[in-house]
Amino acid sequence: MASNGGTGGGTGRSEGANGLLLISPPLIYVILLLAAPLLMVVVYSLSLEDGGYGFGNYVAVWTDRINQLLMLRSLTVSLSVTVVTVVLAYPVAYFVSFHVKPDKKALWLFLITIPFWTSYLIRVFLWKVILGFNGVINSGLMSLGIIDAPLQVINYNVQALVITLAHAYAPFAILPIFVALEKIDRSLLEAGRDLGESQFMTFLRVTLPLSMPGVIAAVLIVFIPTVGDYVTPDLIGGGKLPMIANRIEGTMLKQNNRELGSAIAVSAMLVVAAVTLIFLLLNRRFLKGAK
Amino acid sequence: MRSPVFRGYAVAYLIFLYAPIILLPLFAFNDSKVIAFPLQGFTTAWFVEMWQDTTLWNAVRNSLTISVSVAVISTLLGLFAARSSTRFNFPAKAGIMGLIMLPMVLPEMILAMALLVVLLAVGIELSLLTIILGHVLICTPFAVAILSSAFQSLDRSLEEAAYDLGETPLSTFWLIILPLVMPGIISSLLICFTISLDEFIIAYFLGGTDTVLSVYIYGQFRFPAKVPAVMALGTVLVLLSIALLATAEYFRRRGIAKAGGKDTGGFL
Amino acid sequence: MTKSDAMIEFRDVHKYYGDYHALRGITGTIRPGEFFSLLGPSGCGKTTLLRTIAGFEDISSGAVLVDGRDMAGVPANKRPTNMVFQSYAIFPHLSVEENVGFGLRRDPRSKEEKARAVGEALEMVGLKGYGKRAAHALSGGQRQRVALARALILKPKVLLLDEPLSALDKKMREQMQVELIRLQRQVGITFILVTHDQEEALVMSDRIAVMFEGEIAQLADPETLYRRPNSRKVADFIGTMNFLPAKVLEEGAGSVEIEAAGFGRIHVEASQVMGGATAEGATVGFRPETLTILYEGSAATDRESMATIEEVVYFGDMTYYDVKIDGTEMPVRISMRNVFGRPVLDRGARARVGWSPGALVLFR
Repeated sequence: MASNGGTGGGTGRSEGANGLLLISPPLIYVILLLAAPLLMVVVYSLSLEDGGYGFGNYVAVWTDRINQLLMLRSLTVSLSVTVVTVVLAYPVAYFVSFHVKPDKKALWLFLITIPFWTSYLIRVFLWKVILGFNGVINSGLMSLGIIDAPLQVINYNVQALVITLAHAYAPFAILPIFVALEKIDRSLLEAGRDLGESQFMTFLRVTLPLSMPGVIAAVLIVFIPTVGDYVTPDLIGGGKLPMIANRIEGTMLKQNNRELGSAIAVSAMLVVAAVTLIFLLLNRRFLKGAK
Repeated sequence: MRSPVFRGYAVAYLIFLYAPIILLPLFAFNDSKVIAFPLQGFTTAWFVEMWQDTTLWNAVRNSLTISVSVAVISTLLGLFAARSSTRFNFPAKAGIMGLIMLPMVLPEMILAMALLVVLLAVGIELSLLTIILGHVLICTPFAVAILSSAFQSLDRSLEEAAYDLGETPLSTFWLIILPLVMPGIISSLLICFTISLDEFIIAYFLGGTDTVLSVYIYGQFRFPAKVPAVMALGTVLVLLSIALLATAEYFRRRGIAKAGGKDTGGFL
Repeated sequence: MTKSDAMIEFRDVHKYYGDYHALRGITGTIRPGEFFSLLGPSGCGKTTLLRTIAGFEDISSGAVLVDGRDMAGVPANKRPTNMVFQSYAIFPHLSVEENVGFGLRRDPRSKEEKARAVGEALEMVGLKGYGKRAAHALSGGQRQRVALARALILKPKVLLLDEPLSALDKKMREQMQVELIRLQRQVGITFILVTHDQEEALVMSDRIAVMFEGEIAQLADPETLYRRPNSRKVADFIGTMNFLPAKVLEEGAGSVEIEAAGFGRIHVEASQVMGGATAEGATVGFRPETLTILYEGSAATDRESMATIEEVVYFGDMTYYDVKIDGTEMPVRISMRNVFGRPVLDRGARARVGWSPGALVLFR
């Protein structure tokens, strides 16, 4: 995609110089407002109360039972969300890729992604309204006579968090799987069937493995942001089900402890990075030659 | 694995996706202070209440200011980055592009806290400007993605042809590249605008005393009496988002057609 | 009149892409008003060389001169050359006349004069009246004409064409070949064409530079290239040639005596001796049309050999025979025109093959 040869295509300046010149505005912006702040957070996390630097904050964070509980809850919730979302998303992606006419595909994708572009805040609030004790589901089912008393299994608990987040991140899961499915050479599948395999076997042995890069991408796209979600635990949990993001806010702002808060933030990122790396390592055979 | 089964599943899935959003107009016109079934009758009172809320209008004004600025700045930065990465090879390219796109994989909370910490340490007051700074960080990767795709579909020889006919790199950009990339630019502006308008975390933590729309909505959640008006507001916002996105999609498709490329079905 | 007899001059031009040696000491000249082709397989460097003339590639060492002027440091937009790109590079968002008139933007002439020039250019390429059409709605052949008009309107000293016909179908290609020759004669400037199609080069060019792996193997007019290729590689690339092993018996002042299996002793003039043998050693080369099947009543030829017909390929106007001459190991190909009344022979038949020593080339 980039030019070959010495000059930037006959302009006289070298290619590398041209490139660096152009990239400098966004680069400078990102260095000042992303790299530097992130670095500061790391520095803060290593700053000890009585001056000097060390891992004291990290020790405090990791040994705190509440932190452990919240990290665990965050991981559980986001892993559940990831599994539910990706599993439910795969058939939809498969449908649009294999059972929809090419000129209609963009339309389906568009319809699927619209809800994503509306206010996340409002969507979470709507789920609160839907799943609440006196909410839409309960009042609806009761007024229809299906139940006598409101269901409690869906109010203000982890299940409610999972449902809300699964809804919010659904399109994120569908798109990467769709892209991976589209890339599969259809003649491979026909060859399989030509040799006598059933449709299901072809799916299992050809389609599914070939779509794994997309599935992996979907898993990461859903997992990583949901671990750090703030709004859903805040609104749906009613303050009783904080996740790690709420804890970071609480420590940083309410307790005004930047050092500890930074340590929690960095720890959370490290845990997420570790889980991600383990996941990628386990699946590395699917990633060879992909992307 | 028959098609009707899949189709039925996909339709059911779509219903699940849209269900909460359908509730918005349903209860926005519902004559009841409580969001519950059964429906109580039709009213436009909530829309009127929303319309008369001056704090809301302030918040809207501020949000528009922020979102328009963010759209312009992000698209501009995205132009530089996309043009640079699709056209040239330069040292540390992968690392630099990775850094620019990083906000896409970082949880917003971490970004917000990191920025907050730095701003407080440097002593900058929180205001609309600080929100803009944060939003540009998260919108630029989207702009880069959209514009990179637009630049990729440009035939490289078009530039060379322009030089060959006597133009300079600058005039070539203005006469040839910019018009052909324009649909991508418009798409980027609309997407960044929408993302910024809906964004909550950075607006909440990096905002000063001026109200912003998403924070205002968040505040309203605490008052049960205000909920129906929020439904009305939500209805309006959803319609607005859909309109903006349909426009962005239209321009994206037009851009591909004009440069003679193929539709791969999305911003990816 | 130009300052020298060369419109383009290459002086030991080298180009490296990192470690890759793309152009290895290119030296040669291209005359004013000539239709010149750069011919070779993919990757031989012909397009790279063309782009160094245009200014889109720098050279690592040596010099490229256009009309006597060294082009070092002269950017592409200031050179007296114009290029027709392989993809035509028609600006899709502009109309045909806006495309053709694009290079006139900085021209000081009045709008009316420019409009007239555009009209004339369109007429010259056979697109009269197409001015207002949208550029993206044209067919491949029409786009190419727009690209030609757009380049020629600026009256460059040299027109560069990068594989302009490769994207067209066969009929269109043949049509455009004739068009390009006509255009070049009409405009009178130097045309430099890059192609991998040797037929195309032979048909259109005044002279051809055959390139392999970054070097010019032979630079000559089509007939010389065809009849006297200077190496086996060139001989193989241009048309078809039969090769038979040969042994050098005696060397004289202006001639060589050789012996070739199946042909016997042959006296070869110095002008027929080329270098450029391959690892197989000395070889004798014959074009298919220089061997002929002798029928009853055919005119006699200098020499004759007996052969068995192994394969017959009937092409309508021509028949190609693969014959094994007595005493040789490999068959050779002979082409015969299917003149009215001349029978097509059968496989397995015996035939007399006539040939002349003056038609062959010796590679050693």
